[in-house]
This record gives sequence, structure tokens and C-alpha cells, in this order.
Amino acid sequence: MTAAASHSPPSGFLARRLQALRVWWTMLVICLEERLVYRGDFVLGTLMRFLPIVTQVFLWTAVFGATSTGSIAGYSRNDIVAYYLLTMVSRAFSSMPGLASGIARSIRDGSIKKYLVQPVDYVGYLLAARIAHKLVYYAVATLPFAGVFLFCREYFPPIPDWTTIGAFVLSLVLSFLLGFFMEATLGMLGFWFLEVSSIVFAYMLVQYMLSGHMFPLDMLRGIPTGVAGVSVADVVRFLPFEYTAYFPAAVWLGKVQGAELVRSLLVEAAWVGVMIVACRIAWWRGTRRYSAFGG
Amino acid sequence: MTRYLSIFLTFARACLVRDMTFRANFVLECVTSLGWMAMNLAFYLLVFTFTPEIGRGTGWTKEPFFAFVATGLIINSIVQALFMPSAEELTEMVRTGGLDGILVQPLDAQFLLSMHRVDFSAFANGLVGVGLLAWAIPRLPQVPHPVAILLYPLLIACGVAILYSLVIMLAAATIHLGRNQSLYDFWFYLTNFSRYPAEIYSGPWGGPLRALCTFVIPILLVVNVPARVIAQPLTGQGGMMVAGTVFAAGAALGISRWVFLAALSKYRSASS
Repeated sequence: MTAAASHSPPSGFLARRLQALRVWWTMLVICLEERLVYRGDFVLGTLMRFLPIVTQVFLWTAVFGATSTGSIAGYSRNDIVAYYLLTMVSRAFSSMPGLASGIARSIRDGSIKKYLVQPVDYVGYLLAARIAHKLVYYAVATLPFAGVFLFCREYFPPIPDWTTIGAFVLSLVLSFLLGFFMEATLGMLGFWFLEVSSIVFAYMLVQYMLSGHMFPLDMLRGIPTGVAGVSVADVVRFLPFEYTAYFPAAVWLGKVQGAELVRSLLVEAAWVGVMIVACRIAWWRGTRRYSAFGG
Repeated sequence: MTRYLSIFLTFARACLVRDMTFRANFVLECVTSLGWMAMNLAFYLLVFTFTPEIGRGTGWTKEPFFAFVATGLIINSIVQALFMPSAEELTEMVRTGGLDGILVQPLDAQFLLSMHRVDFSAFANGLVGVGLLAWAIPRLPQVPHPVAILLYPLLIACGVAILYSLVIMLAAATIHLGRNQSLYDFWFYLTNFSRYPAEIYSGPWGGPLRALCTFVIPILLVVNVPARVIAQPLTGQGGMMVAGTVFAAGAALGISRWVFLAALSKYRSASS
């Protein structure tokens, strides 16, 4: 066998699948190694994410202590604590640190052109890399997450039925896809603006507030918009952000049930579909107007 | 001292010139910073739709609480503008070996590493803090005592000194970790404890946490003491609190200096 023949693309379905698996495995190993080079920084970063929850627990305990009612917007004090912890799980799936800015940077410095001349789907590559990144994160973060949840178990309601658990898992998977395609689309605005950092910051700002990361969105029910019978919560429900933090937490806590649960999952899936199409259109239109910068 | 002041003013002028060269970017940074702050204020307003005060009988009703928030904005904006940009650069300098260039300069390394960059856009939040304080003070249940008004700037300076010490110690940790990308996150999470009145930390877990954040890492003194002095009546405990904060600020500066020098002695150049 000649050297050229040994490096030729594998033929046959099984060989191609094995090749693809080998690529995925290599990416996973690279991500894992990258994470573990700076172990102290990574472990510190993971554990620190729980610190804001501590202040939120004490803040809401003080708020409940000063009110005569045991419930705010349908949430008891324990519900609020459980809600904040569950939104951390949602965010572990839906947050995509560095994705949009990374895409915009590769457009700006010209490094994206290597994906244009290779038989590689850029969005597919980014998705695979992000899945590997998340798997590594879950592998390392599962232990601290489990420890905190075990420590705070008294705040949680009894474990829900299997249907709710299934819906919760599905909502998390969809929130991952929604977060990925929203940020990837945002990054592809770099084809038009080159620098998107301010757009990304504005998105993060809106996302943080309207996703329910800051507080349960049910608290907005009493805030009027000025239009009779329409609260701020009603407006927020029309946006995709709630599926990246609020919705999975609300599913686990039993705030969304029955037909509303099915309808909400379908809406979440529809938003994922919309963002996939938006991302593909942005890529297709962007690459057509792209001029390769950089050497 | 005059020499260092003159060098710092030169740094500040250079940063201002750079900021003004990219004016649109500067305005954008101010706007985004204000957006983040506005979002937090909206959250507090939302909280006050459910409760008359933060913690029963604490006195932190809406107006005093917003004086508290304003104090936090002023202190944090000073630290964010004067020290954070330089400290963030240190984390990369250690990894890339760029720190070598600083250490051979005929100036104090801590001064150079913590004050060579000024982020003028961070002062935007401080200005809003001053405005918020001006709104809250006439609406407080009682007029602030003249002594309190005199003590307020001193206590703001103490708060800045404590936070500066923390920044220095966190940045020094970079030398041990090799990289500390989480510096800014850790800073945010740590100062998160100072964002609310100390009274919320009560109960079997809150009590020890409050003691830890008052006597070991005096983060709770940073905003609580100046805010309490201006927004709540001065009591007998007030003098103790003020003296404790001044002492904590001095001690924090001293300890951070020691930690920084100890970390620097462990530094091994990463450059080739």
C-alpha cells in the first residue's frame, strides 16, 4: 500500500462513521486537556458560580421575613431558593460563553476562511465543539452541583413524576440548542458589523433579565405595560429568552403542567427551528458578502 | 509621593486621550455600563413591590436602601475605574511573561501594576450613584447628622481601600495559579456580598457568614458602614463601626502589600 493510498478518505459507511467518531473523540480530548491545563482556575470558576445564589437566598429570606404573606407571585421562600438553583442548571445548558464573540473575531481576523475552503460545515463544527465543551464542563461540574443540591435538598419539592422529569430533560436539551443558535446567529452579524461586542453585551443584558435568571418571571405578572389587561410578563412570554433559564426550572417546580407544558415545549422547539433557519440564512448571506481579511 | 502622583496623572491623561480618540466606543461603554446598573435598579424596584423593607425592622425601607445602593455604586465605580483594568492585565502578564518588563522599571511594582490604566467610562455609574444619593437623602426618614456627612467621604475612601486590597490579593493569586481568568468573576461574586445590608445575613448560617465577611474578609464594611452612617440615625455603636472600618482599611492595605510582595517573590518568568 502506498503512502497516498493510506491517507485517502475512507470508503464505506462504517469506515466513514468510524472516521467521524475519531474526529469527535479527538475534539473531546483536546477540550478536556485544555480545561485541565489550568485546573485551579477552572475549579475556582465552577465553584464561584454558586456564590450569587447565597446572597439571593439571604435577600429573599429577608424579603419574606418583612412580608406577612408566605408566598410571592406563587413562590414560597423554599420555591425561590429551588428556582435559583434550577436556573443554574438551565444556564449550564443554554449559556454559550465566547461563542458569538469568537465567530465575530474569526470573521474579523480572516481565520474563518479556512472553513470556507474545507469540506467542513462551520456551524456543524461549532456545534460539535460546543457539545464537547459542555460534556467536559458537566463531567467536572457534576460533583459540586450534586453537593450543593444535596445540601439544599430541603428547599426542593418532592421529586416529580417521570413525565415531568422527561419534559425537564427535553426542555434542557432544547435550551442548549436555542442558546447555541441564538448566539451563533448573533456572532454572524460580524459579517455586516465586524465588531459585535456591544451587540453581544446588549443581548446579554436583555437575556439576563428576561430569561428569568435574575428572578422568576411570574413576578412580572403584576407589572402593567400601559395596555389594558397586558402585563410585562405577557410581553416577555412572546420572546425566546424564558426558555434559556425560567422554563426548565418552572417545569421541575410544577409551575407549568398538562396542556400548557406540551404547548410550551412545542413553542420552545419552534423557537429552536426559527433560530436554526436564522443562523443558516445569516451564514449563507454573510459568506456571500464576505471579503477575506488577514493573511 | 509627588513623583508617583505625577506619574499617575500622566497615565490617567494618556488613558483619557485614548478614550477620547475612540469617542463612540467610550459612549457605548458608558451606555452599556449604565444599562447593567439600570437593570439592577429595576430589580430592586420590583423587590419593593413585594415588601416595604429588606428584613423586618432593619430600617432599610425604599429610600434608605437606595442610598445604600448609591453608596455601593460610588465605591465600585472608583475601584472599577482606577484599579480593575490594571489588575485584569496582570493575569495575562504572568502567563505570557510580560510582567518581567514591569519588574525592571525603577518604580514600585504594585503601583505600576495596579494603577497604570484608568477606565473613565466606569465613572458613569458613580455619577448616577451621586444622583441617586441626591434623590434619596431628602426622602430619608431623618436628616443625616452633620458629623455623618463629614464622615461619609472618609468611609467611602476606606471602602475603596478595602476593595483595592482585595483586588491586589486576587491578582497576586494569579502568580500561584499561572492563570486566573476568573479574577473578574471572583471579584464580582465576592463584592456581591457587599451589595445588600448586613442584616440580611442572619440565622444559623447567616450569622457566621456575616462574622466572616466583617472580621476576616471585611467586605461587609465596604458599603454598609458609609451607607448606614448617611441613611440611618447615628447611634452609640456608630463610633465603633467607623473606627473598625478605618482600622480594617489600614490592615487590609498592609496585608495586601505583604501578600503581593510574597507572591512576587515566587514569580518565575514565563518568557523565553
